[in-house]
Amino acid sequence: MAELTDDRTTEVMTVNIGPHHPATHGVLRLVVDLEGEVVKDLKPVIGYVHTGIEKSCEDKSYWKVIPFVERMDYVSYFFQMEAYCGAVERLVGLEIPPRAKYLRTIFLELNRIHSHLVWLGTTALDLGAISMLWYCFRERDRILDLFEMATGQRMHTRYFQVGGVIEDIPLGFEAKLRSFVDEMPVRVGQYQALLDRNEIFLSRTKGTGIVSRERLLELGVTGPLLRAAGEPWDLRKAFDYLAYPEMDFKIPVGTVGDNYDRYRVRVAEMLESTKIVGQALDALPDGPFIADDRKYVLPPRSELSTSMESLIHHFKLVTEGYRVAPGELYYAIESPRGELGCFVLADGSSKPARVHFRDPSFVNLQAFRDMSTGTYIADMICSLGMLDPILGGVDR
Amino acid sequence: MPDAPGLELIRGEIEQDHPGAILDTGFDHGAASLSIDPEHVLAVLTWLRDAPGQGYRFLSSLHAADYLPAEPRFAVHYELLNRDRVERLRVKALLADPGEDALPELDSCVELFPTAEFQEREVFDFFGIVFKGHPDLTRILLPEDYVGWPQRRDFPVGGEPVTFTYNERNYG
Amino acid sequence: MRSRQLTARDMLRGDLEGEELERYVEQKVVLTNFEKMLNWARSNSCFPLTFGLACCAIEAPISVVTARYDLARFGAEAMRASPRQADMIILSGRVSIKMAPVVRRLYDQMLEPKWAVSMGACSSSGGMFSNYAVVQGADKFMPIDLHIPGCPPRPEAVLYGFTKLQRKIQGNPDQGWRQRYNAAGTEEWARGGPRSEPSAESAEAYLAARELIGA
Repeated sequence: MAELTDDRTTEVMTVNIGPHHPATHGVLRLVVDLEGEVVKDLKPVIGYVHTGIEKSCEDKSYWKVIPFVERMDYVSYFFQMEAYCGAVERLVGLEIPPRAKYLRTIFLELNRIHSHLVWLGTTALDLGAISMLWYCFRERDRILDLFEMATGQRMHTRYFQVGGVIEDIPLGFEAKLRSFVDEMPVRVGQYQALLDRNEIFLSRTKGTGIVSRERLLELGVTGPLLRAAGEPWDLRKAFDYLAYPEMDFKIPVGTVGDNYDRYRVRVAEMLESTKIVGQALDALPDGPFIADDRKYVLPPRSELSTSMESLIHHFKLVTEGYRVAPGELYYAIESPRGELGCFVLADGSSKPARVHFRDPSFVNLQAFRDMSTGTYIADMICSLGMLDPILGGVDR
Repeated sequence: MPDAPGLELIRGEIEQDHPGAILDTGFDHGAASLSIDPEHVLAVLTWLRDAPGQGYRFLSSLHAADYLPAEPRFAVHYELLNRDRVERLRVKALLADPGEDALPELDSCVELFPTAEFQEREVFDFFGIVFKGHPDLTRILLPEDYVGWPQRRDFPVGGEPVTFTYNERNYG
Repeated sequence: MRSRQLTARDMLRGDLEGEELERYVEQKVVLTNFEKMLNWARSNSCFPLTFGLACCAIEAPISVVTARYDLARFGAEAMRASPRQADMIILSGRVSIKMAPVVRRLYDQMLEPKWAVSMGACSSSGGMFSNYAVVQGADKFMPIDLHIPGCPPRPEAVLYGFTKLQRKIQGNPDQGWRQRYNAAGTEEWARGGPRSEPSAESAEAYLAARELIGA
């Protein structure tokens, strides 16, 4: 930071960036106090995509809530589904079959790669590396093809159900997924070849946006931002959920905690996620893909024409939905951005009394002020990209 | 997660210094929770954070819930986490509804946990719970001139019914 | 190729005569009026605004310009960050009550001719979010030329919608219907009155400027 001499009159100028601004990754508004080009203070103003999802959820029966929560953080929709479905499963005490656990793990990790690809493409675009966007979105389309093959939708798939997943993977999916798993490390190597020795990229990321590990923990920051500062905290290792205890993977951590470390940690996470997908695919057990509890799970379509009981269950589940005994639960998983927690309060009816999401983007955004104060405005843009907030998740 | 005797030990130790702070302890779906009197929220949180052998230094989440028609009506939940022992503990500050024109009040814990700043603003925005001592308690997600506390249970969902051409022609 | 170049050279020299000249003209010249040509050119160089709201933003401004879908085939790949330079705004996602004034202002700041595309269920009708926070359809507060259904629409759907918009532009539609939104012209002119007449100050400034240049 350049020293400002006394004879120059400096005055603080307040600049408004956003809500429509190409570098804010959505509709974030920043009120920035500038002294020359140096950021003195900033205040994020959020709420421009506030959708009232948590309120809408209170008006829907439990199984109808799933498509709503998906649309919060629209880059990591499988994670919202898992957080919500996992919370409801724990509330009603429903155990999901092993095949469903593995399928969920596969899709969650594919989604993590997808989320990091979107992040890498758009952030590198902000830093001037425009070709990264095309390469990252090429692989993103391959992942979306896999999603579409298994679920029928590119985004917002509504694939996870309370009790398992809605359908088994189709024929040919495994081969396609395997070729993707084989290819992805090569692609990640290509990204690194483009960026790791790119002088512009290095000088814009190295040494910028450093926040100490203690301060990050105080601010409640989790996920790759915290790991880049050298804290190996990952809920996949700390808590045991889905098939993660059986998986062999590493937690990438950084050393300095600057923007370059954040980039390296996320790229390494893509490789680790690819490894997890490969292992889960190898160990994918046979068996049912959804629990066999007719109180909570729709009966298979084939039974409807032969079994009266199934028809009644089906009718009951679709019209009223199932009731959940009073109770409350907080269930947290590791999303691509950190700890994604879902709080569900049940009041005994067939609709949740409260669904709250602890979104990592929302909490991490508080660290942005610490990351940017005292740096140049260009570094602020870089830090914002590396923070990777998804405004749909911030505002809900 | 502390087990049932552990939770009672925590309760006993807090009660020594702050009698009447703990209203209830509970286990719900494998999660421990402490229901506390809102007067003592800062004292309890400070003790849980700093007392030797406790060390709940990470505030995962702060959110509120509306238990209408139960009494007391509101609760602010603090999801505390001890990252060394990988234990979660929920602290619930129960708040009564003071009536039409007044808002429930609670001490802000931003000094203890800086991460609470945005989350307390969100709770204020949606439930109208005032956090005393918060540096900047304004609406965060809704427009500044919005009237009402939308996450309360007695607030209507809003929106509008869909009018299909068929319905309008036949019944409209 | 070479022979075509030679004929063109002959034509320019004036060497082509009679039947040969007539055939050349028939092959090479299209007669149209200026307006049609202008609209054709407009429809094929539509600059979209770099603007995203929510989920659809990943699909429409970003995904459609990438290699697989390639909006450049239709001449709309030149994203403009400033509404002053853009021809088309894509409302990609839900419009909250906090964002609606901003969106309307962006639309007003765009220069004529301008087009608004509402992408996805949320901005067309509020979609699944029928609640206190979401505007139930963007056409409540601004004129929308085209709705693309889907949640979110596939990039192919966006491309199809865009070709529909191109045909609309080529038809040179009457934009008078936007009067009901008080949305003709840019912001400075629209502020004046209900029929988008210039405000008193801007008319005065206009006259003063004309005097200054001696017109």
